[in-house]
Amino acid sequence: MTVNDAGRAASAGSTSLGSTPESAELIQLLTPEGERVEHPDYPLDISAEEIRGLYRDLVLVRRIDYEAIALQRQGELGIWASLLGQEAAQVGSGRALADKDMAFPTYREHGVAWCRGLDPAKLLGLFRGVSHGGWDPTAHNFHLYTIVIGSQTLHATGYAMGIQRDGAVGEDGEAVIAYFGDGATSQGDVNEAFIWASVSNAPIVFFCQNNQWAISEPLERQSRTPLYRRAHGFGFPGVRVDGNDVLACLAVTRKALQAAREGQGPTMIEAFTYRMGAHTTTDDPTRYRLAAELETWKLKDPIERVKAYLVRTESADEKFFSDLEAESEEVGAGIRKACREMPDPEPLTIFENVYAEPNLLLESERDQFAAYLESFAVEEASR
Amino acid sequence: MTTLTLSRALNEGLRKALENDPKVLIMGEDVGKLGGVFRVTDGLQKDFGEARVVDTPLAESGIVGTAIGLALRGYRPVCEIQFDGFVFPAFDQITTQLAKMHYRSQGRLNLPVVIRIPCGGGIGAVEHHSESPEALFTHTGGLRVVACGDPADAFAMIQMSISCDDPVIFFEPKRRYWEKAEVDTAGGVAAAVPLDKAKTVVSGTDVTVLCYGPMVRTCTAAAVAASEEGRSLEVIDLRSLSPLDTETIFESVRRTGRCVVAHEAPVTGGLGAEIAARVTEECFYRLEAPVLRVGGFSTPYPPSKLEEHYLPDLDRVLDTVDRTFGY
Repeated sequence: MTVNDAGRAASAGSTSLGSTPESAELIQLLTPEGERVEHPDYPLDISAEEIRGLYRDLVLVRRIDYEAIALQRQGELGIWASLLGQEAAQVGSGRALADKDMAFPTYREHGVAWCRGLDPAKLLGLFRGVSHGGWDPTAHNFHLYTIVIGSQTLHATGYAMGIQRDGAVGEDGEAVIAYFGDGATSQGDVNEAFIWASVSNAPIVFFCQNNQWAISEPLERQSRTPLYRRAHGFGFPGVRVDGNDVLACLAVTRKALQAAREGQGPTMIEAFTYRMGAHTTTDDPTRYRLAAELETWKLKDPIERVKAYLVRTESADEKFFSDLEAESEEVGAGIRKACREMPDPEPLTIFENVYAEPNLLLESERDQFAAYLESFAVEEASR
Repeated sequence: MTTLTLSRALNEGLRKALENDPKVLIMGEDVGKLGGVFRVTDGLQKDFGEARVVDTPLAESGIVGTAIGLALRGYRPVCEIQFDGFVFPAFDQITTQLAKMHYRSQGRLNLPVVIRIPCGGGIGAVEHHSESPEALFTHTGGLRVVACGDPADAFAMIQMSISCDDPVIFFEPKRRYWEKAEVDTAGGVAAAVPLDKAKTVVSGTDVTVLCYGPMVRTCTAAAVAASEEGRSLEVIDLRSLSPLDTETIFESVRRTGRCVVAHEAPVTGGLGAEIAARVTEECFYRLEAPVLRVGGFSTPYPPSKLEEHYLPDLDRVLDTVDRTFGY
């Protein structure tokens, strides 16, 4: 039995409904107190330097999020979808990706974007209203944010089917990761993606961040069964990982991606986490959830536990933390500057890139609008 | 030149596309062994394999959604929607994703996906099998919408749509699938009328009749009947519904001074309304009468025993032509 087979058997065993308490199903490698624990199916050989790297990612990603919320409050962004609380799920899975792997995000995957090497300022353009997605998806193998819930899971599956047709499955293979949330699991598209991926044995990992809330609707509005168990019915393994544990998210995603690359088909990962902030900056969670719930989850903070681990094991010194603090300030200042300096697009860019090939009707509409705009300039000049 | 049915002409066009570009894929329900319910993909899976001619699960949103992903990976998928009335589960993927991704990516991503939709009525079918939803797509920026009206165009236009770097909604007139005509399958598509151009199928002087898809044959017959009464109709097959070839339309209407738009789709909010507005704006002083529309009623598609009344036939086209002389 290979490593992957073992994982499959383990996950298949744990999906027997009702026999296992849910808490026992949660894969965890780092407790909320910062204690390193082992899991037989997910051995993780990781150096202190690598853990410091993950900690840096977590801290900087939270800083980016913090700055973006502030920029929205100052009127610099129209809206922002905060990832607060979900840093470990995103950094752990994001760092599990190889360069060649392709990621299909929702609109909240700022942490994954960071791991893919995307300039955080690029994310702001969408929320400022200067573009619908201002980065080159092929440059970072990080697709554009998708706002319609669940649509991207089908794109990811199709892309994975393309990998199969390119013969890029097997040794040195490629894989795809599709991000989505607990609310999206109710969408037809997500269920169709599961079916397509399953019957075509596509090299894809379905990474569901169950942050417990779909705007105001709690998980029980979406499902009567734990989400990861849904995978079983579609014919592939599902696992639940502590989404606030960056090490577990890394190990579980790494293994699922490797299985996909080697031709073992899809896996669903449910990262059990919590949306500590509002759905977006326009939302008011005090209308639908209790403050006590947030307090409980604060004790499971994804960043604090890594810090506790680093300090307790003396894996990081004072200088590491102060240097990181300085870097965080720098990143924050960089984002503020980039955001404020982002120019508004020119009016006639409305008509650009609607079609790849010439379109005479659209060109004549643009010309009419250009003439209309020009008429103001002429009027202005004649005054 | 070979005599082919419209269905066979599409089949030959798809075959050429599959031969010419290894990235071309065909996907849909029953397109493999069965060859599609209208046999448009007959024999293609046998010759090009299951990886390129894909029998998909039965879910239209999944067909289009995965086609988008395949296009992002460099493929050129041709999706078959089995019947017009079944495109709606895919409507979300088509309008929110397929149409917008090139724009969203600021031109970085191309989506060369073709969605083939057998459309229109006249085959005595049950509900959802006879509709004409083209206006829902022409209303959506980012999509090209075309309709073939004869076998020669079917052969050429399907190939041109597949080579187009934009998403194309490709309407096929299902009641014309079995009608035959000469097709030059040996010649390339270079000699064909470009994909975004209309073509004049009957030249005339008195009234411009604009049509597309299944109505081309009806309007051509109407022109013959009208000529026996001494009236000269100019029949134009629009071919491209988005973008519209307004140049050809305006040139004709300026000569004839009268314009009738015929389509099977309901007239309310239909393509005829769009054309009427544009013709009125550009040809106002040349018009002898208002632009008139003849089409389906503003009702759901009726049971098939009533469809001969619902569908605009030769007599209703001629009646509408007559009305343009009553002003």
